[in-house]
Amino acid sequence: MSAAIPAPAQLPFQGTAEQEQQLRALIEEKRDDKGALMPILQGAQEIYGYLPVEVQKIIAEEMDVPLEKVYGVSTFYSQFSLTPKGKHQISVCLGTACYVKGSGLVLDKLKERLEIDSGECTPDREFSLDACRCVGACGLAPVMTIGDDVYGRLTVDQVDGILEKYKQQPHA
Amino acid sequence: MFRAHVLVCGGTGCVSSGSAKLIDLFKEEIEKQGLKDEVAVVQTGCHGLCAMGPIVVVYPDATFYAMVKEENVSEIVEEHLLKGRVVSHLVYKEESDAGENVKSLNDTDFYKKQTRVALRNCGVINPENIDEYIGMRGYEALGKVLTEMQPEDVIDTILKSGLRGRGGAGFPTGQKWKLARELVQDGGQKYVCCNADEGDPGAFMDRSVLEGDPHVVLEAMAIAGYAIGASQGYIYVRAEYPIAVERLKIAIGQAKEYGLLGENIFESGFSFDIDLRLGAGAFVCGEETALMTSIEGKRGEPRPRPPFPAVSGLYQRPTILNNVETWANIPQIILNGADWFASMGTEKSKGTKVFALGGKINNTGLVEIPMGTTLREVVEDIGGGVPNGKKFKAAQTGGPSGGCIPAEHFDVPIDYDNLTAIGSMMGSGGLIVMDEDNCMVDIAKFFLEFTVDESCGKCVPCRIGTKRMYEILDRITKGQGTLKDLDRLQELAAHIKDNALCGLGQTAPNPILSTLQYFHDEYVAHVVDKKCPAKVCRGLLTYTIIPEKCRGCTKCARNCPVRCISGTVKEVHTIDQEQCIKCGACMANCPFDAIVKE
Repeated sequence: MSAAIPAPAQLPFQGTAEQEQQLRALIEEKRDDKGALMPILQGAQEIYGYLPVEVQKIIAEEMDVPLEKVYGVSTFYSQFSLTPKGKHQISVCLGTACYVKGSGLVLDKLKERLEIDSGECTPDREFSLDACRCVGACGLAPVMTIGDDVYGRLTVDQVDGILEKYKQQPHA
Repeated sequence: MFRAHVLVCGGTGCVSSGSAKLIDLFKEEIEKQGLKDEVAVVQTGCHGLCAMGPIVVVYPDATFYAMVKEENVSEIVEEHLLKGRVVSHLVYKEESDAGENVKSLNDTDFYKKQTRVALRNCGVINPENIDEYIGMRGYEALGKVLTEMQPEDVIDTILKSGLRGRGGAGFPTGQKWKLARELVQDGGQKYVCCNADEGDPGAFMDRSVLEGDPHVVLEAMAIAGYAIGASQGYIYVRAEYPIAVERLKIAIGQAKEYGLLGENIFESGFSFDIDLRLGAGAFVCGEETALMTSIEGKRGEPRPRPPFPAVSGLYQRPTILNNVETWANIPQIILNGADWFASMGTEKSKGTKVFALGGKINNTGLVEIPMGTTLREVVEDIGGGVPNGKKFKAAQTGGPSGGCIPAEHFDVPIDYDNLTAIGSMMGSGGLIVMDEDNCMVDIAKFFLEFTVDESCGKCVPCRIGTKRMYEILDRITKGQGTLKDLDRLQELAAHIKDNALCGLGQTAPNPILSTLQYFHDEYVAHVVDKKCPAKVCRGLLTYTIIPEKCRGCTKCARNCPVRCISGTVKEVHTIDQEQCIKCGACMANCPFDAIVKE
C-alpha cells in the first residue's frame, strides 16, 4: 500500500487530555469484542482526526498488543491517516468514471495551488488534499468533496473560485 | 391513505445534487397548500438514472421529474399535486422523442429494457421503513424457508436456479452453500458474510442496493444462515458509504425489533444475528480470505486456498461469503421458484445483472438487464449512446481486473463466459464507456497504478510484478518505450497471472492484455511514432502555433510558465519545443484558436 511509508510528521501532536479520556473510554468499551482493533482505530481517528504514533502507543499499551501490530494495521488501510487533516478536507475522486472525465487534471491544479501533494496538509492546517477512490457519484463526474460539500461536473477553471470560498470563511 | 406519493431519490448521486433539501421543501410546500393528509413525501433509494438527478417521481401515475431544483418545488406542488396538471417542462424527456411526449417512468427507453430483480425495491420503497419492505413481500421468503422448507431444500432451490456469484468471479452460489453445510458438521459456529466492500472504481451497484433496499440483504443472509446452520452474520461494508451504513444500522434495529432477526425467529427455533464491520479502504479486502482476516481486526491480507472458507473461514470456522447483489436475488428465488429465475438469462448465466454505467455515456446510472443482453443494447438503447457526437471506442468491465471491449464485440451477449472469452470479465458490474478522446495506454496505466497502490504486498508476483508493468507503461506514455517493451508486458503478464496469490494479482494484467490485443496500433503509435493518437499522453504532445491565425497578441507568451514562446507584438509567435513542458497554458489562453496540439 502506498501508505506504508508515511511522510515524516512535520506537524506536532496536539492531543488534549479530554481526547485521551475519550480514547481510553472507547478502548474500555470495545476491548472484549472479537476483532476489536479496527473499530477502535476507526473510533480513535474520529476523536483525533488522524492516528499519530502517540495515539497508537496508547492503544497498543491498553490492548496489550505490540505497537508494530497497531502500526501494521493503521498503515494497511488507506482510510487511516498518520498525518493530520486540514480544517477543510479536500478529496478528489479518481474513480474510473471521474478519471476518464478529467479529474486527474483537477487534482493537479489543486496540488499546484495548495503547494502540497495528495495525502498532505498545508502548514497552517487549513487544507488537506487526498485522491480518493470512487465516491459513487459517477453521474456527476468529475467530483470532488470539501468537507461535506460535493462539487460535481468540475472543470479545472472552477478550482480557484471554489478554494477562494473556503479561504474566506475562517470558522467552517 | 394518501392519494399521491412524492418519491424523492435519496441515493448518493441525488443527495450529492441536493435532494435532501428538496424533501424538506416538498413537505413545507405540501403543508402550506393544505395537502398534508393527502400527499406523502417519501425518501427512496436510487432510481438509477443518476445523470438526471435529483429525481422526483410522483405516484400513482409515475410522473418522472428530472434535475429538479429547489425553485421548482412550489410549482410541482401547486400545479401537479393541487391542480392535477403535470408540469411538463420539468418532466424527463428523452432525446429520441424531441421532448413532446410526457411518458411515465416505466415507458422511458432507460427503464423499458431493464428487468429489475435485485433492484426491484430500489427507488420504490422507503428504505428506512421496514413496513414498506414487508409490504413488498419482504421477509415472506424467510418465513417460507423457516416454516415450510428443510435446509437441504433451500440449497437445492438455489442450486437449481443457476445463480452465480455477482461479485464477479461467478462461482455457483448454491454450490458454495452446499459445501459449507456438508463439509464440516461438528455442531460448532458457522458464519454468513456479506461482501459490501465494493471497491472497483466506477462501480456503485451494491451501494445502491444497500441504500435503497437494505432489508433484502438481511433477509437473504438469514435464509443462508438457516441453510448452512449458522447463527451469526457479518456485513463488511465500506466506510466510504455513510448513507448505506446508516440505513443498514436502521434496518438491523428494525428487524430485531420485529423479531425477524435475533432469537427464535418465527417461533422456529432458528436464531440469527447480524453485525456490521466497516472496511477501511483496502481494495484487496474484496477478496474473500482478505475480507475475513480484516473482520478479525488484522491487516487484510489474503491467504492461500485451500482450505476454502467453506471449511475454514472466519475465525477458522466454515463461512460463506456472498456479494450484496447475489444476496438481493435470494428472496425472489425462494418466493418465485428456481425455474422462474432460470428462465431468464443464457445457458450458463441465469437471471439478471446490475451494471453501473459511467464514463462517456448520456444516461449515467444504474441498470439491471437480463443476462444475454448485448453491449450495444446497454450502451445505445438504455445508455443513450456517447455524448457530444463522439465515437464509441471501448467499454471497460470488471474494473481493475477486467478488460476493454472494443466496438467489434458490440453484439456479444453479456454473460460470464462470453466476457471472459473476449478478454474481459463480468466483474462486479462497473461498465465504463470510453470514446475517441480516451487513450487506451493511459487507461491501462490508470488501472495498473490502482493495482500497484492496492496490492497488499504479501506475494512477490503482485507486489513487484505490477510495479514493473506500471513502470513500462509509464515509459511508453512518456515516449520512452520500445517495441521490446510490448513483449516484456506480455511476458510479465503471463507470469503474474500464473503465480499471484489471490484474485487481485491474478487479474491485474487484464487491462493491459485486453488493450494490447484490441488496441495494439495505439501502443505501436506510442512506441514507434512517439504519438498519442487520442492526444492524452502529455509527453507525446507538441503544441504549435499556426502562423496564419496568430495575431501576435503576446497572450500565450505571457502565460507560458517556462517562457519558451518568443515573438514580438503583432508578429507571429513560436514555441521552443525543447523547453516546452506541454502544460497547455498557451492553448487555453489563445483568443484566436491559433494553437494546436498534436
